[in-house]
Amino acid sequence: MANRTETLPAATVEVRRSSGLWGDAFRRLRRNRLAIVGGVLVILFVFIAIFGPYLAPWPYDYQDLDAVLANGGLPLPAFSPGHFLGTDELGRDLLSRLMDGARISMTVALVVQFVVLVIGMPVGAAAAWFGGRTDSWLMRLTDVIYAYPDLLFIILLSVALKETVFGKALDGLLLVFVAIGLTSWVTMARLVRGQLLSLKETEFVEAAQAIGVPSKKIISKHLLPNALGPVIVAVTLGIPGAILAEATLAFISIGATPPRASWGSLVADGQPWLRSFPHLVIFPALAIATALISFTFLGDGLRDALDPKLKGKQ
Amino acid sequence: MTLSEESAQAPSVVVEDLPDSVEVATEEGRRMAAQLHDKQPHAKRLLEVRNLTTQFFTREGVVHAVDEVSFDLDYGETLGLVGESGCGKSVTALSLVRLVPSPPGRIVSGQIIFDGVDILKLSNAEMRLMRGKKIGFIFQDPMTSLNPTLPIGFQISESAKLHLNLSRRAADDRAVELLSKVGIPRARDRMKDYPHQFSGGMRQRVMIAIALACDPMLLLADEPTTALDVTIQAQILDLIRSLSEEFGTAVILITHDLGIAAGMCHRVNVMYAGRIAETGLVDDVFEHARHPYSWGLMDSLPRLTDARSARLRTIEGLPPDLLDPGPECRFSPRCHYVTDRCRTAEPELSSREGEGHLARCFGTEPGGWIA
Amino acid sequence: MGAYLIRRVLWIIPVLFVVSIITFSLMHAVPGGPWSKEKKLPPSVIEHLDQKYNLDEPVFIQYLNWVGPLQFDEGALQRDEADNLVFGGLLAGDLGPSYKYLDRSVNDIVADGIWVTVQLGLMSFILSVIVGIPLGVIAALRHNGIPDYAATFVSIIGIATPTFVASILLLVVFSIALGWFQPNSLDWRTDPSSWVLPVIALSLFPIAQIARYTRASMLEVTRRDYVRTAHSKGVKEGSVVVVHMIRNALIPVVTILGPLLAFLITGSFITEFIFSVPGIGRYYVTSIGQRDYGVIMAMTMLYAAAIAIMNLVVDVLYAYIDPRIRYS
Repeated sequence: MANRTETLPAATVEVRRSSGLWGDAFRRLRRNRLAIVGGVLVILFVFIAIFGPYLAPWPYDYQDLDAVLANGGLPLPAFSPGHFLGTDELGRDLLSRLMDGARISMTVALVVQFVVLVIGMPVGAAAAWFGGRTDSWLMRLTDVIYAYPDLLFIILLSVALKETVFGKALDGLLLVFVAIGLTSWVTMARLVRGQLLSLKETEFVEAAQAIGVPSKKIISKHLLPNALGPVIVAVTLGIPGAILAEATLAFISIGATPPRASWGSLVADGQPWLRSFPHLVIFPALAIATALISFTFLGDGLRDALDPKLKGKQ
Repeated sequence: MTLSEESAQAPSVVVEDLPDSVEVATEEGRRMAAQLHDKQPHAKRLLEVRNLTTQFFTREGVVHAVDEVSFDLDYGETLGLVGESGCGKSVTALSLVRLVPSPPGRIVSGQIIFDGVDILKLSNAEMRLMRGKKIGFIFQDPMTSLNPTLPIGFQISESAKLHLNLSRRAADDRAVELLSKVGIPRARDRMKDYPHQFSGGMRQRVMIAIALACDPMLLLADEPTTALDVTIQAQILDLIRSLSEEFGTAVILITHDLGIAAGMCHRVNVMYAGRIAETGLVDDVFEHARHPYSWGLMDSLPRLTDARSARLRTIEGLPPDLLDPGPECRFSPRCHYVTDRCRTAEPELSSREGEGHLARCFGTEPGGWIA
Repeated sequence: MGAYLIRRVLWIIPVLFVVSIITFSLMHAVPGGPWSKEKKLPPSVIEHLDQKYNLDEPVFIQYLNWVGPLQFDEGALQRDEADNLVFGGLLAGDLGPSYKYLDRSVNDIVADGIWVTVQLGLMSFILSVIVGIPLGVIAALRHNGIPDYAATFVSIIGIATPTFVASILLLVVFSIALGWFQPNSLDWRTDPSSWVLPVIALSLFPIAQIARYTRASMLEVTRRDYVRTAHSKGVKEGSVVVVHMIRNALIPVVTILGPLLAFLITGSFITEFIFSVPGIGRYYVTSIGQRDYGVIMAMTMLYAAAIAIMNLVVDVLYAYIDPRIRYS
């Protein structure tokens, strides 16, 4: 009996049509309604961030003092003529300021994740690739960064470098963005390291090595594409964290120099008016909420679409 | 629960009546056992499956995974379900205990009479009392079928506590006894160990202990050795055989491996595309197969007499799409002997030479064109 | 396991050392000093104050002074014996003077507020776990049913509402408009209702994250083979969930508890600030603005130590839940 056990008829090998990892993933993503909603909103935010200044009804720092004075020195409520979402007590158009805030939030998303990738990927890859002492020292470095209370680091760094050229770039925002990035790359480094380590052990990589595929090709054809999925997911899901950190910092007036205002500082500015003019807090809060949700939905959708564990189960 | 006292007693009676049936010895023995079964209409069958139809309702459409399958099983008998992957043999077994993943799967119609009880009419609570107590299940992959966060002792004693109303200590003793029975050394010491501390073969032994914990009447073994090394395979199969003989447990053994089926079973059902293609005593099916698919399966076995350079014989083509099977014989696209008749209508299972030997083929029916 | 624990605990020391060096350097790179914020003081006064607080010495000597009684520069202390402020340093458990509240030591400031902050964090953590996990489990068990949508809705609210927004809205709606809670509680020790709004505000996000991860993980576990095995044994539906599924489902959830604890720790200052909670969180930001060096260092060290210890606890919990994990 034993000598007849490897008798699986060849016809039992299942042949599935497949358009490759990315094609499959994209098809799964398209079927995920929440992810589509998230994706569309993200595109909308990016569009506003790029073309906002040309679309906004007013410059973000324009003070429509006549309107405010006519209103007895009080903020204009929403749906006022000329100011669709009203103004603050200085007559600045809320819609225009929110559109400028979208610009800040999208830039945060971009810069922070750029910093995260530029630091996190090489650190993680180096740890996995060289192993041994390099690995253990790099991982100890991540321990330190991980334990560092991140908001404290960001505040310290931004206060320390405030007066430098770097600190003044982008209305003081670049410094804050980079500082957020400097506290956020650890997760990415650990992720990349873990991915590469486990991929190095997989059968398809061993198989590739066994048939003599050069290691350069193994890295480019096997390791990177397979590690890329989780990295993309981590980048997308890291964006809400970055937007949240920036908004929180802006709320305690760290970041953009007035009159530039991020969504967080708009909430802070509107806080004293909350009872009589809640729109000054509600609209910025809604903008933050929408941005956070849309990136989270998109990231969740990407994860479900790219997760090989779920493959074939749908 | 509607099980009467006497029906619960039935297996031992039958086993005593039919000593030959549990002995996987000679051809004579098996044939005699089968004949005894057939000549004793009073001896109730353990399991009667009639027109079982299980379908999966997927986004792409309805998959006819198991289509009008009927078969019987006697007390203490070992039945093989053989066929390619995707032919419906696992879904058949899962249907018997109503564990077809739902959604998307559903048992659409048919009847499953187990020990006089209509399984499909039981409430969920009644069905739960069947599982584990009267029907044990061994799954294919021992690496994933045991709970990684629970000690194996707990996993074995769990159903004994549940179904036999044993105290915790009595259930533990039972688990130790079972563990030693399935050949795990130092059984009592290993009760507190977790699955990851066992090798694949050892885990499958644990799985067998779990399945046999309440001394069930029927053991469903779904490819129990596929995930194991060849040398371990034989040990596990021997264990299943000897324990089923010892306890008088009927076994449905699901396998794609004809060698295993030939060595273990009294009767086999060859399944193809959700249907039974051929059924009969093991020797009738293996020596006098009457379905071209069965021939194909046998032919694709490599033989010791083959020249070294001989290529593996395969059955050309792929099984049909179970999304939308047509009215034709489902094997016709791959059959060497196909005629126009096969392409327009599907044959019934009809008798062939030998006790209970049936095949679903026009060509081998009396007067058919295949000799 | 024991040796591993000891190694992990000892490893916290160098981590804190590096953290303290980074903070000390950054802090002194910040322009201005503790006295520059006050109304312009005459240079002679500033010089005198610097001398009194040893701020006129090189930064690394100041650092050593802060660390402890390892005096390398004997002259530094001897210069003005009567006027010099002598303190024991970190290693002696003395966090030094506050440069803002001249009559109080940092130890006093920390001692006054730390238990309030710890209490706020712990209550929020417990609330997050006991709400988030059941929410995720129920959502998964009633997949695509009304409880699932309800839980998803709660998660979305939690993810979409930053702590500062939640705090403001809760404060305005429930304290100021509806008057259900005292807006500025004066008695945090005896009036439990003071804690309700801050704890909810701080827990919203962790609840949402825990519920999300638990739900996804439970859905994944439902499909596992061992759950099918449990069903094949005739285990009751409820026991399958409680005995066989939840523990496995919590394994990935535990991995996010570390970051969530860090979130609770660093997020507490916003809540404390908005609800006027008398904890230490509010010093977190104000101390930097005031260049209150002693308080800045104390905050960094406390929070870093808390995060490191919480992470260790989470790792131990991880090994406890998943028997396959053995540290060595």
